[in-house]
Amino acid sequence: MSYSVTAPSSRTKLFSGLVVSLYALITLAPLLWIIATGFKSGQDSIHYPPKVLFEPTLEGYVNLFTTRTRIPSDQVAKEPASMSWYEEIVNKKGEMIAGPSKYGERFLNSTVIGFGSTALCMLLGTMAAYAFSRFKVPLKDDLLFFILSTRMMPPIAVAIPIFLMFKNLGLNDTYLGMIMLYTAVNLSLSVWLLKGFMDEIPVEYEEAALIDGYTRFEAFLKVVLPQAITGIASTAIFCLIFAWNEYAFAVLLTSGDAQTAPPFIPTIIGVSGKDWPAVAAGATLFLVPVMVFTVLLRKHLLRGITFGAVRK
Amino acid sequence: MAEIEIKNLRKEFGEFVAVEDSTFKVEDGEFFMLLGPSGCGKTTTLRMMAGLELPTSGQILIDGEDVSFKRARDRDIAFVFQMYALYPHLNVRQNLEYPLRSQRASSSLIREKVAEVAAILKIEQLLDSPVGRLSGGDRQRVALGRAIVRDPAAFFMDEPLGALDAEFREEMAEELRALHDRMRATTIYVTHDQLEAMQMGDKIVVMNHGIIEQFGVPQDIYDWPATKFVADFIGSPAMNFLEIGHQELGIGENTVMFKEYPIQVPASVQDFDGSIDIGVRPEHISFSREVDGISAVVVASEYLGTTQIVSVQVEQTILKARVPSGEEYAIGSTTNLHFDPRNISLFDHHSGRALLSEGNQEVLING
Repeated sequence: MSYSVTAPSSRTKLFSGLVVSLYALITLAPLLWIIATGFKSGQDSIHYPPKVLFEPTLEGYVNLFTTRTRIPSDQVAKEPASMSWYEEIVNKKGEMIAGPSKYGERFLNSTVIGFGSTALCMLLGTMAAYAFSRFKVPLKDDLLFFILSTRMMPPIAVAIPIFLMFKNLGLNDTYLGMIMLYTAVNLSLSVWLLKGFMDEIPVEYEEAALIDGYTRFEAFLKVVLPQAITGIASTAIFCLIFAWNEYAFAVLLTSGDAQTAPPFIPTIIGVSGKDWPAVAAGATLFLVPVMVFTVLLRKHLLRGITFGAVRK
Repeated sequence: MAEIEIKNLRKEFGEFVAVEDSTFKVEDGEFFMLLGPSGCGKTTTLRMMAGLELPTSGQILIDGEDVSFKRARDRDIAFVFQMYALYPHLNVRQNLEYPLRSQRASSSLIREKVAEVAAILKIEQLLDSPVGRLSGGDRQRVALGRAIVRDPAAFFMDEPLGALDAEFREEMAEELRALHDRMRATTIYVTHDQLEAMQMGDKIVVMNHGIIEQFGVPQDIYDWPATKFVADFIGSPAMNFLEIGHQELGIGENTVMFKEYPIQVPASVQDFDGSIDIGVRPEHISFSREVDGISAVVVASEYLGTTQIVSVQVEQTILKARVPSGEEYAIGSTTNLHFDPRNISLFDHHSGRALLSEGNQEVLING
């Protein structure tokens, strides 16, 4: 979409092209480096000068998902020939697989907690936003301010009280605790964003539905929600990104059963020397769900972040 | 289908009184107009009748049943919004099906009804298009279809033609009226356009500042306005007013004085002592060159085809007369005015209310 009255000159095009490419390079380079490192061997990953071209290996990924023990060099050849490909990779380095690592579990925890809190946040957020948008709520402005004010200090400022509270309630290191915590932190954002979207939807649609024989709740589900889908999608992305990437609370409140991937990934470094390919592999896989989620909803996101800017 | 009665209906928004103790009755099958300038409370009245707004006090009866505090969906009515309010995420067919689905109608009945309504409104070829791609007129047709499809007891329409182009509005107005004549369903229609109200309505309620000014058939309201507001609001150009100052009026008296000129008016049926304004429609003013009338100076003339509107100045007042376009009136020339004595209303200058005369007593006592 071009709003310029005249067609841009070739120099303008060249300049804007350069700026965009430069920006893309700055943002994408670290990402590409992480992805590339995930496929390097241990030596290649710390090679100086850094290697741009290298022989790809899945060593990092195998290391990420396994724990290994060193085997005496005389036993290397005695291993049965019927090794699977990942055993072979490990065997070449004089190691054998001792068992699976915790990465899979941690990843699953992240998924359950991230998507769980996002879903809960959307459920509560849409209903609260609808109520604030449509009904005469007593002390509406004060309540809205209160909800916003929970975002005014960094969440980590209340880490100690939350830690003590969670400890007493037995919520430390549980799914429920983490989902509740991330939902609470995200709810202010989702209520405020969604209220903006709800305000944009003309009341007549619901009134038409009310007269057409639907209850208020049915009108909300069948008429308001489909139209708020843009707002819900973009808000969900923001909530998921926060919950997915959150590190500080995760370090503090989870250690085992409910530990998410962010606090786990750095611990890989310590297992057997500085295993950068495994760390990079872990980071790469960690990026995938949010990327997939964002790509799936990108159409809504684009419309969502410009909402209110243009009259339909 | 349905007879609707409004009794002392009142609506306050905090301090602001939107509708003040309104009472009127809509007969079964009537095309009923709620007319007034914006902010007069007509839409609020309609929304209360539809159940989208709760009254502060008063009653709404549909077929004798008090529905004042019932939910909209329990009132068996359909509503057509000015901005159509078609569900944007559904196509035309799904929009039409929507009210039936809420009643858990069988799919064969739904198909049948939708086809029938589409045929009535001639929108069969649009059934599968998304509503976003329709023109304004087609959208309004679909909105009407969504109202008709359920066979409700009454239709409520809130300025349904307000968002259409002037040209197309007339066409839709005719279509609407024809549709009503065919279905004979009680229809309540809100508009600020007096022409639309006169053209389409069986009966009109004129509202201003939350108060019902007059209630009656278009002809009566036009001929015998109950207040100066109604006289001014209805008709284009509006009714002319001429202040004639303090007069004493007895029963049976049929002459008032403007300066030294006597003006014939319908015989009064009430005693009155106070300042009076004369109200006369443009088409009831005629000119003559003789010297027996009120003398006036021609200030402008607008040509309208078969008629013309000639503005004349009497003292400080401008009066507009509708006369045949054949006659010629030079600007600046002097002429004499005659008012048709059968069609003159007298108003109390201070309250704005019409004085009762033999002409308007029948209309005003009922209204």
